[in-house]
Amino acid sequence: MALAFDEYGRPFIIIKEQEQKARLRGLEAQKANISAGKAVARILRTSLGPKGMDKMLQSPDGDVIVTNDGATILEQMDVDNQIAKLMVELSRSQDYEIGDGTTGVVVLAGALLEQAEKLLERGIHPIRIAEGYEMASRLAVNHLEHISQKFEFSVTNIEPLVQTCMTTLSSKIVNRCKCVLAEIAVKAVLAVADLERKDVNLELIKVEGKVGGKLEDTELIYGIVVDKDMSHPQMPKRIEEAKIAILTCPFEPPKPKTKHKIDIDTVEKFQTLRQQEQKYFDDMVQKCKDVGATLVICQWGFDDEANHLLMHRNLPAVRWVGGVELELIAIATGGRIVPRFQDLTSEKLGKAGLVREKSFGTTKDRMLYIEHCANSRAVTIFIRGGNKMMIDETKRSLHDALCVARNLIRNNSIVYGGGSAELSCSIAVEAAADKYPGVEQYAIRSFAEALDFIPMALAENCGLPPIDTVTAVKSQQIKENNPYGGIDCNDVGTNNMKEQNVFETLIGKQQQILLATQVVKMILKIDDVITPSVY
Amino acid sequence: MAAARLLKDEATEEKGDRARMASFIGAMAIADLVKTTLGPKGMDKILQSTGRGRNVTVTNDGATILKSLHIDNPAAKVLVDISKVQDDEVGDGTTSVVVLAGELLREAEKLVNQKIHPMTIIAGYRMAAECARNALLLKAKDNKQDPDKFKSDLMKIAMTTLSSKILSQDKEHFAKLAVDAVLRLKGSTNLESIQIIKKAGGSLKDSFLDEGFVLDKKIGIGQPKRIENAKILVANTAMDTDKVKIYGARVRVDSMAKVAEIEGAEKEKMKQKVQKIIAHGINCFVNRQLIYNFPEELFADAGILAIEHADFDGIERLALVTGGEIASTFDNPESVKLGHCKLIEEIMIGEDKLIHFSGVEMGQACTVVLRGASSHVLDEAERSLHDALCVLSQTVNDSRVLLGGGWPEMVMAKEVDELARKTPGKKSHAIEAFSRSLQAIPTIIADNAGLDSAELISQLRAEHHKDTTSAGINIISGGVGDMDKLGVSESFKVKQAVLLSATEAAEMILRVDEIITCAPRKREDRM
Repeated sequence: MALAFDEYGRPFIIIKEQEQKARLRGLEAQKANISAGKAVARILRTSLGPKGMDKMLQSPDGDVIVTNDGATILEQMDVDNQIAKLMVELSRSQDYEIGDGTTGVVVLAGALLEQAEKLLERGIHPIRIAEGYEMASRLAVNHLEHISQKFEFSVTNIEPLVQTCMTTLSSKIVNRCKCVLAEIAVKAVLAVADLERKDVNLELIKVEGKVGGKLEDTELIYGIVVDKDMSHPQMPKRIEEAKIAILTCPFEPPKPKTKHKIDIDTVEKFQTLRQQEQKYFDDMVQKCKDVGATLVICQWGFDDEANHLLMHRNLPAVRWVGGVELELIAIATGGRIVPRFQDLTSEKLGKAGLVREKSFGTTKDRMLYIEHCANSRAVTIFIRGGNKMMIDETKRSLHDALCVARNLIRNNSIVYGGGSAELSCSIAVEAAADKYPGVEQYAIRSFAEALDFIPMALAENCGLPPIDTVTAVKSQQIKENNPYGGIDCNDVGTNNMKEQNVFETLIGKQQQILLATQVVKMILKIDDVITPSVY
Repeated sequence: MAAARLLKDEATEEKGDRARMASFIGAMAIADLVKTTLGPKGMDKILQSTGRGRNVTVTNDGATILKSLHIDNPAAKVLVDISKVQDDEVGDGTTSVVVLAGELLREAEKLVNQKIHPMTIIAGYRMAAECARNALLLKAKDNKQDPDKFKSDLMKIAMTTLSSKILSQDKEHFAKLAVDAVLRLKGSTNLESIQIIKKAGGSLKDSFLDEGFVLDKKIGIGQPKRIENAKILVANTAMDTDKVKIYGARVRVDSMAKVAEIEGAEKEKMKQKVQKIIAHGINCFVNRQLIYNFPEELFADAGILAIEHADFDGIERLALVTGGEIASTFDNPESVKLGHCKLIEEIMIGEDKLIHFSGVEMGQACTVVLRGASSHVLDEAERSLHDALCVLSQTVNDSRVLLGGGWPEMVMAKEVDELARKTPGKKSHAIEAFSRSLQAIPTIIADNAGLDSAELISQLRAEHHKDTTSAGINIISGGVGDMDKLGVSESFKVKQAVLLSATEAAEMILRVDEIITCAPRKREDRM
């Protein structure tokens, strides 16, 4: 315990209530941390690659999630251990930044930790290991750049993009129809992409799911799908050439923010008030009508009276549309969101070629399709599937695919998958290691070994003999000097990933290595863990 | 060590084979639970709710049974979910889908025990499912062109669906009822316009389809009980006191006399409203909200039938049936569309008085009045009829039809078997397993009927190896029969949905190699 003594031999208390705190320090702390990190990596290891398995997670509320996505698994696992939480963060930041490779990054970090443990046992100082890792990661990232290839695509030739998305999707449960989904993802991204600025705003892609039907029925809609129906059951279900008024004000009499009271003390006042009230409703509807709107979309609800008036004036309306959806509709239709009736002008209306209501299944499920919009920048991917978990998992997988497509548009460099990039880096790092004098050489070499872990895990998950396969591929890479040799997961018969069309994005891979190294460095630097003991 | 405590205290984690075993067992337990309800001789279950009153439900409907269960096993939840989706999507086959998924997992477990990797099994299942679906596609018949045949197809499907339910005694009666109701919809799948009213008393046979519309409400006192050539205004408006909707308004008076004045004004306002309504030239007024005594009296004076507090669905349906619109403001009488019907009268069913609208303009909606001995019987009858209606409405849209009685399963099994023989590699074991699972369904149907399933299935299989056959299990006689002649049919859409979602669910459960259960959220004790 942290005790110090003054000159008379009386102890100082340094940490508050220190006798109640558990404390680990020195090598022991590092080892405990490493083993926690490894435990997390071990959970994800079996999910890697096209033949990786799924995890079933039951949330505190009893909901079941079946997933293969590293970030989701870790997020839902609700870990308690501090270091494990760092690993969770790691996969989350990969998810935010790149969107894909969330499993790989954790597995890599786990492998690095395992190697570090061995070095620690040899008595190498953790900071030296961390420095060695840092150098090695720089080497690896540079090497990746070196072996990456530019990848030409255009709006008319989307095949390369689809191929890359397929690589991502092939490890998910949806791989049954990965072609269809990959194509949907690419088309969606291209629809919203700003090719000149090389940027994609993924928020413009709405992913909506509805149980029922089959996965193959998943479709891309150039427009918006809203899970709402018309406010009045007798409003038309189909509007062509719709002019849409997008309102954020309720169809109700105004409510001033300042506190006020209207006193009614005579019958006349009562009557004028009533007329006023009716006029409000009339005016509101009239305003919408005057500017030529043929559909009103409102963020708030409206009164029965207003509802009927709208219906009466043949002005279909949708109420309680969420803010995000409202924004998307505004973007898609080129309309403006209008906060007050007074501001409504015909220029502010959105335009859509077709608005229709569609019902599903045998229950009362209706959705509103807004299609052929003036500005097709916002699209919706509408997922169908056998059950709720399937839809959720498809959503996550599609998100990954969308991210990959976006990354390719930002930076069209790719590396080859199937563990080939890692192996190639491993060879390069190992070769470079010998040039560094000092203890770091060991750390760099260990880094190279850790990189082999990913292809190893891939091979293991596919039921191939891991050591045989990885060493064979590695020697082949060195012999033929091609960085394309990877693990043949699907039994195609060749381990040339270029022929198999297995691609990954360069930035994704680079980010994986950088992030994993960073976290491992952080974990290695910890030499004292103080936790309040369990009460 | 720290690594030992990675997760929160009460969380559990199961890995590899243990996880797989847990999900297999859970899924199979669920499948076994509903297994005995399959088929025309399937048994029912009694469900007692834990809520207040300990309500009892007697049912044969897979989705209803599973919905009421509180399940902890995550894999079992997947199965419950597919049955729910099946119910929402096609309405029937809720038991079959769970049983098939259960059987697929049972076979998968055997394969896993033989050290075949789950991914290989999944690959095999996928191929098999695709092949089975193609087999069904080839064999499905489409009689859309021939209305008479199509109608008889619908009849057969309805009878087949109903034969496994409580209504099986009167299945012809109900099948006809359901077919009539669905054909009135003219292709729309909106079952809302078919209203089902349950009235205890009488026997199931007394149930009938009414072409008009029946509203379970009473007519106000002193108002006409019978109106011919009715003009109906359907409304959703407050008929108590009209609130002032301007925010912040309040009444402040300084003397009692003023209060009376205001009250008079209020009354006057209501009176005006009523007068405006009357000015529409109607003789029947149906409101969704309450009608207070005062306006009711005014309506009675004007000889108008006023019906209050019709629920929302009722209003919508009524508007649909009579072709009127649902009104909330009454300033422009000339442009409001009124509903019409030939005759409104009060009718008695059993003890209760109902309002009957007949001779309505739009023929789409109709009402089915169910009669039965007890509320449990009625509930179950409603569910059964709902199933039949769902299946029929789906069939109207997708008119492909298959034979029933285990025929489609045998057809699929045969094709899948053939595929297994042609496929090299370990996958073929999985494909074979798939075919065995398919055959398990007729086996269970036969078992439930107390027949010698082993004998029957082998006969059936032999029969199916001829080129064209329509052989299935004849539950009544207990032998192999010609399903075409017996008139046992099923909808293609239902069978396809069963096949696909069962495979999907099985695949999903098979892919899992780890189950992590989070610590349950602490619930505050409210007991």
